[in-house]
Amino acid sequence: MIKIENLTKSYGDLVAVKDISFTVSPGEVLGFLGPNGAGKSTTMKMIAGFLSPTEGSISVCGHDVESDPMAARRVIGYLPEGAPAYGEMTTSAFLRFVGELRGMDGSTLDARITEVVRQLNLARVLEQPIDTLSKGFKRRVGLAQAILHDPQVLILDEPTDGLDPNQKQEVRSLIQGMAKDKIIIISTHILEEVHAVCNRAIIISGGKLLADATPDALEARSRYHQAVTLVSPAAEQIAGTLKGVGEVSKVEVEGHQVTAFPKSGKQIFAQISTLITQHAWEVSEVQLERGRLDEVFRTITMQGGRS
Amino acid sequence: MSVVNTLVRRELSGYFATPVAYVFIVIFLILSAAFTFQLGYFYERGQADLKPFFDFHPWMYLFLIPAVSMRLWAEERHTGSIELLLTLPVTLWQAVIGKFLAAWLFIGMALALTFPIWITVNYLGDPDNGVIFASYIGSWLMGGGFLAIGSCVSAATRSQVVAFIISICLCFVMLLAGHRLVLDFVSAGLPQWLVDAIASISFITHFESISKGVVDFRDLLFFGLLIGVFLYATTVVIEMKKAD
Repeated sequence: MIKIENLTKSYGDLVAVKDISFTVSPGEVLGFLGPNGAGKSTTMKMIAGFLSPTEGSISVCGHDVESDPMAARRVIGYLPEGAPAYGEMTTSAFLRFVGELRGMDGSTLDARITEVVRQLNLARVLEQPIDTLSKGFKRRVGLAQAILHDPQVLILDEPTDGLDPNQKQEVRSLIQGMAKDKIIIISTHILEEVHAVCNRAIIISGGKLLADATPDALEARSRYHQAVTLVSPAAEQIAGTLKGVGEVSKVEVEGHQVTAFPKSGKQIFAQISTLITQHAWEVSEVQLERGRLDEVFRTITMQGGRS
Repeated sequence: MSVVNTLVRRELSGYFATPVAYVFIVIFLILSAAFTFQLGYFYERGQADLKPFFDFHPWMYLFLIPAVSMRLWAEERHTGSIELLLTLPVTLWQAVIGKFLAAWLFIGMALALTFPIWITVNYLGDPDNGVIFASYIGSWLMGGGFLAIGSCVSAATRSQVVAFIISICLCFVMLLAGHRLVLDFVSAGLPQWLVDAIASISFITHFESISKGVVDFRDLLFFGLLIGVFLYATTVVIEMKKAD
């Protein structure tokens, strides 16, 4: 359990994180969303124990990060932004070094290294200096280092940044595989990732916590939630008809694409399907929108920035 | 202790994983030989001691030790690995001491590799090996003093070049503090006790007294305190500059 209370970090006059409170329980994969410079990394650095909070407290599995830093660090695995490592070391020497500092040795350490090397497909680069590795491999070495001691808490700052789509998929399934009994916090600005791995999302902007909900609940805030989009060459004509439907509040046309927004709480998909058959419209695509996360993200962060 | 041990081993293997260590050792050995035989008139003096060898150590260290110390923390900050290191279960003191010890041991290795000159002087004459041993210890301690200053400067910047230049300047001041040049200049306007204080922080004064073979507790204490103070300053600077 991670418990964050009234967390504030300021540098002189600049307030990077402002009075943030939340708790995370085992089994939760929490996605940190927010524009660049929103305070995501600063918050993660404070949880990991690199920066000290100006005000407020952080407790990780019952250990206060300020008063008992060593105990807190032992239960945390941390991947800093950009996955820094000691470039002149080989992958295996680096993992061994981190393992020793984490108090592992002998056969335990060997077994753990073998395990993370398998999980992250690092066998091929085990004896190469980290400086010579590709960005994707470097990121995976950073991840391997973070999960080496099988921590209860994982804090990953942009874990899939710089990976190709296949590698992204691998890392996501790795995170999902570990999610059952751990606390995982990841920061990302790839919104699809939130759907893929997180079961909770927090949006931070300007250092303030603006939203805390499941990805589905966030999507439901979108004005596109339950909207119906059609693609047809006769877009204008269809739009005209749809405007006349009682439950439709608004119709937008963009090229061949027509989007009808329902009045709040109404369902319009069934009605529109019927209309399509009735009028025998030439429609190539019909879609019921779940809501658009990027639009919600923009709305929330823009409003947050203004207030 | 095992944490510091692990850190020292990593740092040391880091030196030898890149050409830095070899370049340093080769230049150190060539320079010390050149100074001893060319500038120090080792043969011409006709005396069986290593005074010409050790007399140049302060000046060699002035340039060579900042070259070792500049990377201690500046590189860590530049690559961001400081964030990794200081979120592992390692205290700041362990990290500072581990890095310092590794660099100090490395200087010790370079110093030990000058043993042929010791063999030479023993082959040519009958030197006082006690004095030579004391001089080696004094030289290594002085190297530790330079290193501690360099460690502190290195913690303040992410640029190794800046760390190098500022370390040289600071070390130069520490070296010359006891020199007539400086003392004549300050003695005019300052009270005597302050002039004495300035003179007493000079590296050369303390190194010379050790290398005469007189291992005075006060000289050891001086270097010990100097190293302690600057390593403490290193931890303060790192803590202060963590965020940027």
